[in-house]
Amino acid sequence: MIAETPMLACRGLSLTVPGRTLCRDVAFDVRAGECWVVVGPNGAGKSTLLLTLAGLRLPAAGTVTLDGEEIASLAPRRRAQRLGLLPQDTFDAFPATALEVALGGRHPHVPRWHPESADDVRLAREALGAVGMGDAAMRDVQTLSGGERRRVALAMLLAQDPAVMLLDEPTNHLDVAHEVRSLQLLANLARDRGRAIVMALHDLTLASRHATHVVLMGCDKVEAGAAGELLSAEKLSALYGQALVAVAHPRGTAFLPV
Amino acid sequence: MHRFPNWLVLAALALAALAAFAFALTAGSVDIGVAAVARALWAPADDAGAGYAVVRELRLPRATAAFAVGGLLALAGTIMQVLLRNPLADPYVLGLSGGAACGALAALLAGAAALVTPAAFAGALLSTGIVFGLARGSGAWAPTRLLLTGVVVATGWGALIMLILTTAPEAQVRGMLFWLIGDLSGASRGGPGLLALAGVLAVALFFARDATLLARGDITAASLGVSVRGTTLVLHALAAFATAVAVTLAGSVGFVGLVIPHAVRLIIGNDQRWLMPAAVLAGGALLTFADTVARTLVAPAQLPVGVLTAVVGVPLFLWLLRRSAR
Repeated sequence: MIAETPMLACRGLSLTVPGRTLCRDVAFDVRAGECWVVVGPNGAGKSTLLLTLAGLRLPAAGTVTLDGEEIASLAPRRRAQRLGLLPQDTFDAFPATALEVALGGRHPHVPRWHPESADDVRLAREALGAVGMGDAAMRDVQTLSGGERRRVALAMLLAQDPAVMLLDEPTNHLDVAHEVRSLQLLANLARDRGRAIVMALHDLTLASRHATHVVLMGCDKVEAGAAGELLSAEKLSALYGQALVAVAHPRGTAFLPV
Repeated sequence: MHRFPNWLVLAALALAALAAFAFALTAGSVDIGVAAVARALWAPADDAGAGYAVVRELRLPRATAAFAVGGLLALAGTIMQVLLRNPLADPYVLGLSGGAACGALAALLAGAAALVTPAAFAGALLSTGIVFGLARGSGAWAPTRLLLTGVVVATGWGALIMLILTTAPEAQVRGMLFWLIGDLSGASRGGPGLLALAGVLAVALFFARDATLLARGDITAASLGVSVRGTTLVLHALAAFATAVAVTLAGSVGFVGLVIPHAVRLIIGNDQRWLMPAAVLAGGALLTFADTVARTLVAPAQLPVGVLTAVVGVPLFLWLLRRSAR
């Protein structure tokens, strides 16, 4: 059987930072409707992997392809129409309304010298509504709390509306309710609208609840595959060097440190 | 966040600029009425009134030069604040004005008054080259490293300026001080500055949306399709060129480049498509107004306009800051 072209794929991927090799020869395919979660200890290279998958950093070896095209060869604007990234950190150095920030997500879809269309504004407003910031559209982001700013940054990615969404710890600063809601929102986008999602997460319980696939990013070994095979207490304990037990519940599996 | 519509702010600033021009053309030691000014501006030279020469050859070039310098500084400040992601950045933060001042003062010291303008421009470019050459690491300019390099280089220029001032003959020190504070009394042509302003603004507006996104971080901007390295390079070059032209025309006029972008941002937000033209209008209007006051307040003597920009700008800025904090 010949499978369709994956939305995002990497082959023979090696990542290095000065003085250290993060991973070697990593390969996996991300298809429409899949929700990949990257887990691993601090400094394992999750952010570097996401930046590389986003085409914003060159790998030491190997290739990343978006819809079969090598990502490094795509014009930045065309790439951004199909792939978006929520970085770990964003800056709010200057005053701007939440709506203006969310509208920034429309950048790759709006031609130069053109104003944003009514549709762009509608999409930005819907994105703010989806993260529960609809009433704060005209608020200055500098007056918002850390968690609220994080949700506005997520709204920017939702307004960009790319087919492939990469998120680096999207639940940073979020309270538990918004953590659950945001991840549910992303899982729904994958399931109902065929988006392909890759995100780095630290919460293993939430990871097990939403991940269809995982990348276990260890300091000496990287494994990628179906969540059912890789998200086990045994594997995760080895990954973090911390004993964990899986506690099954009808709503999912929790991983408790012991 | 309550705001006036952006177009309304822009229209109001355009009106303010026109008002500043009207003030600049009518005010002065020779009493010329509004009607006479209008006649001098639009009538052909042979049947124009008595004020023709004063308006056309003295006041208009100077007002135009003031507007251009103010606009250039405000635009350069706007760009530097975005690039360094720091509302405290100004056009001189990378030491450019120090380089220009050293060039100009060295020319004055050597008695080559005719060489002040090219020497200032060369000094500004030299300083920019030094800062960017030294701060370049791993192929990109990180804001913090750039800022630190600029501050240190500026300190070096400052020491050189002090050296020149202390060794210069007393008769020249006054002229040098005027140059350092910023002074438009030597501006005899407005055209070149205005042309530079129009060019820089047009290119800057081409990158305005990219600049807005750059303020939210390089990675965010890149993920949205902005070519971060190229855009950053062009914007730095624009800011350096704008500042070099402004400093060459009028010396180191302070305050406009720091405060105007910040003040206008409080009113219009950080969307660079609106902020850039608004800053140009506000900076141009402020400097035209301040320069007119500078040359009329204690006439026939003239004050350096840099003093006036601070006197007008400081209370205005503090008021805006307090208002926005409420």
